[in-house]
Amino acid sequence: MTRKYDSQSISNVHLTRRTFTAGAAAATALLGAPAILRAQGAPLKVGVLLPRSGYQAGIGQDCQRGADITNGILKQLGLPELQLMNADTETNVDVARSRAEKLIADGAQLLTGAFDSGQTSAIAQVAEQKGIPLVINIAAAPPITEQGYKFVFRNFPTGPMILRDAFLNQKEVFQIVGKAPKTAVMLHVNDTYGTSIKGGLNAMFPKFDMPYKILDQIAYDPAARDLSVELAKAKATGAEALIAVSRLNDAILLTREMIKQRWTPTCVLSIGPGWYEDQYLKTLGKLGDGPISLVPWYDPNKKASKMLEAALGKSSPGVSLSTNHVYTFEALLVASDAYKRAGSSDPKALADAIRKTNITENASPGPGIQFDAKGQNDKLKCSAIQNRGGKLVTIAPRVAANAQPEWPLKPYNSRG
Amino acid sequence: MIARLVRGLPRRALILSAILLALGLIAPFYVGDYWLTVLTLILYFAYTGQAWNIMMGFAGQLSLGHALFVGLGAYTTAALFINYGIPPWIGLIAAVAVASVCGAMMGFLAFRFRVAGVYFAILTIAFAEFARTGFDNWSYVNGSAGLFLPVAQYTHNDLWRLRGHPAMFYYVLLTATVLIFIASRIILRSRLGYYCLAIREDEQAARATGVNTFRYKMYAVMISAGMTSFAGMFYAFYYNNLFPEQVFSISRSIEIILAPLVGGVGTLGGPIFGAFVLQGLAEGLNNLLNMLGIDVPGIKQVFFGAVLLVVVIALPEGIWPWVARLIGVAERKK
Amino acid sequence: MPADIYLNVAVSGVLAGLVYGLMALGLSVIFGVVRVVNFAHGEMMAIAMYLSLLAFNLFHIDPLMMLIPCAALLFVLGYALQAGLINRFITRPEHSQFLLMVSIAIIIANTQLILFGPDSRAVQTPYSFESYQFGPLIVDADKLYGAIGALVFAAALFAFFRFTRVGTAIRACADNYTGAQVIGLNVNRLYALTFGLGCACVGAAGAILMISADVTPQFGPIATLQAFVIVITGGMGSMVGALFGGVLIGLTAAMAGLLFTPSIKAMFVYGILVVVLLFRPQGILGKRVS
Repeated sequence: MTRKYDSQSISNVHLTRRTFTAGAAAATALLGAPAILRAQGAPLKVGVLLPRSGYQAGIGQDCQRGADITNGILKQLGLPELQLMNADTETNVDVARSRAEKLIADGAQLLTGAFDSGQTSAIAQVAEQKGIPLVINIAAAPPITEQGYKFVFRNFPTGPMILRDAFLNQKEVFQIVGKAPKTAVMLHVNDTYGTSIKGGLNAMFPKFDMPYKILDQIAYDPAARDLSVELAKAKATGAEALIAVSRLNDAILLTREMIKQRWTPTCVLSIGPGWYEDQYLKTLGKLGDGPISLVPWYDPNKKASKMLEAALGKSSPGVSLSTNHVYTFEALLVASDAYKRAGSSDPKALADAIRKTNITENASPGPGIQFDAKGQNDKLKCSAIQNRGGKLVTIAPRVAANAQPEWPLKPYNSRG
Repeated sequence: MIARLVRGLPRRALILSAILLALGLIAPFYVGDYWLTVLTLILYFAYTGQAWNIMMGFAGQLSLGHALFVGLGAYTTAALFINYGIPPWIGLIAAVAVASVCGAMMGFLAFRFRVAGVYFAILTIAFAEFARTGFDNWSYVNGSAGLFLPVAQYTHNDLWRLRGHPAMFYYVLLTATVLIFIASRIILRSRLGYYCLAIREDEQAARATGVNTFRYKMYAVMISAGMTSFAGMFYAFYYNNLFPEQVFSISRSIEIILAPLVGGVGTLGGPIFGAFVLQGLAEGLNNLLNMLGIDVPGIKQVFFGAVLLVVVIALPEGIWPWVARLIGVAERKK
Repeated sequence: MPADIYLNVAVSGVLAGLVYGLMALGLSVIFGVVRVVNFAHGEMMAIAMYLSLLAFNLFHIDPLMMLIPCAALLFVLGYALQAGLINRFITRPEHSQFLLMVSIAIIIANTQLILFGPDSRAVQTPYSFESYQFGPLIVDADKLYGAIGALVFAAALFAFFRFTRVGTAIRACADNYTGAQVIGLNVNRLYALTFGLGCACVGAAGAILMISADVTPQFGPIATLQAFVIVITGGMGSMVGALFGGVLIGLTAAMAGLLFTPSIKAMFVYGILVVVLLFRPQGILGKRVS
């Protein structure tokens, strides 16, 4: 059970815990923690809004794991720790909005969240109106940072950025292995993310001069429990490569169908979640090896990534570090860093400090965290990762890679 | 007119209504933004619950797909606003038309072919799901990628274009809720209302006495659908983003009807009271769990479900009729 | 597209449809006799799926071996629910029953979230990836076994209703409630039995489904909706109708996905439902009820 800091424990009821926390903070300060802690006194109160029940519960709870290990790492980095106030949006826009209001009423000085684009937009409006900074952990819909908001920041690539890097990283992989597919078929889930990626892909594809043609684009229902028809159609195109935009359960279903329908494409290129997730690897075992995911990831060579891996290994054994943890952590890293530089918890000062963010000691690939005029980190890079022996390795971009790509996909029916 | 509306109501009921209205009017000056948001949600569910109630509570036609009309209202007004700059209130005319026509289509097919009871309820779900899948694949409204309204900054309140401070939205919804409450009362006191009630109680008997049951059921569905579409417009301009998954889903349809079901189907006070109780319960549970330091996702919903269970077992007619009798505001039997 | 793809897709649609038919059969049996619509149907199926998952993870028991235990356990649950709770609702209006079942569904789904976590979970049986090839036709082993399991279970249920005294009594109850009371049948007990049997169907279907699909706490509403569509298409209260509806819907979805964009296959399914409701409201194989 995660510890929860909230209105009551802050204000009056749980006096004991509060005193304890304050005491502990004081003790650390005395024991020679960075000077900044002593200077600033109370930790920054950060409201963490995530969909931890309802349809998106899986992702929301996974993001929460990232939030839960953050303070330990901030401490190692010499940054001020945060007082996290957790709230569950229940995968519901109404709840997301009212929880955001509640957190602010309870004293939250900064908000972060909320994975889903709809819920995040609802929270963004509250944050903007109140003048409380919102640092988005994950949400890819471009309109969120196109609204002229002054208090909304996003350290996550937008759909077009994910696609741009997906193309570039594919080319890099093709170059390394010296081979490239001539044809591809795209299977995508017909939800918010899937549709945005498909739309963006069609718009951007001509500009990137890719070596393959896309023979067909097949959309399927997010509620589908059987994807045999979808895969049969894809197989029937005779394409060499499979481009997938899916989620966890459909990634597993698609893999099973490939095996059962005896089709091994040259490569599986996934632009999105599913194919690298723990449950995918756990459920499929050896059969889970091979797919390449072109996704927002972390740079395994950076120091913060190693810290995150270690911390997560301790707090949630068996869970491998992934996008959800890294970007939730980084949103909080932005908050802590801004708090340190602003030297105050005043929301306006915080927002100004966030605007001038320049963090290089982060975990995500790319030069670091900076925000453009719209509040978007446009320097972010996505990676190409591959499932290998039940583990995940980064194969592109070269600066953030720790392995060579394995090519082509090993035939499913000869894996024993 | 007014005299006819209030006839039969005990004085206490009138005083209570006046006090509630007065409290509602001054609330934004005294409560914080958090409570304003909660009150707005309460009014939203009171409004949609009342609109649903016209069809179910008065005419006895159980709709489990009312999110359909919310969604149609939301998408119609939003698409007109985004693509042609048509202000929401003008768009609302189109939205009401679209929703009513859709309701009429559904009603026509169902009532002509004598689809009733549970079958009718499932037909309404089918219509809503049909619409959800359709909108998911309709690129004109951006499909499942979602439709975003441009968010203007809160510099001033523009009632005509529905851009502004949350308090403005609150007052818009408060007015709408009061109006639908009065409209429901008028309907109940009209021939339409009496015929509807007759249909609800015993459709065959109503038909035998010469009531054109087909026509009055159609009226009830169309009025309910049209009124519900306003809630859609509100939703679109309040949240500024629409996803078919969000507005048309069956869970949304269920959320809409919980308030009148818990409050009391077919009563005027039921939807409003039910909305208060349910939102109060949800927020109360959140705060209670917070206070106890329990942070287990899902546990709030378990308690919520348990309370619903107890209510539906103990108070078959809903909470409001029971409360109304307790505090002496129940309508005198004629 | 090569011609054999149509055959493959059709066969796979029919086989999947049989399992969904078994799930819907439970709903149909309950409605046909007790006249209560079980809006928590999908959530109950998820209980069976989680049970099979646990058995597989802890003891490596094949989900198909869990068919009987799951059915038995869900029977007990259904019996207890009907006897303890739902019985007093059978004379209440539909919306009251709806609220009751929705409350139960909310509690079940969120308890599952707390107990099993939010992730989608699946099992890997030795035959998960096996398929049989007959000329151009490739049949998945899990789908084939699932369909056989569904047919066997359904056949056993048919036999029970046709050839046992209790089964006959339940049918009498469904045909004529007052008459059944008059001749001294213990209607309450028969209702509880029926509800239990309906839940047993969904329990069996859940165990079978676990070999080919994944389960999440949010699985319920989708499955419930699917069961509705099947039952209404086939004929509410008709046992053969439920299986037939399952096959029809399975086939329609599969063919629609093949011929059009798969993401709109649900529209075809609801389209069929609407057409059936309008032209044959009692369902394709249903009896007209007054």
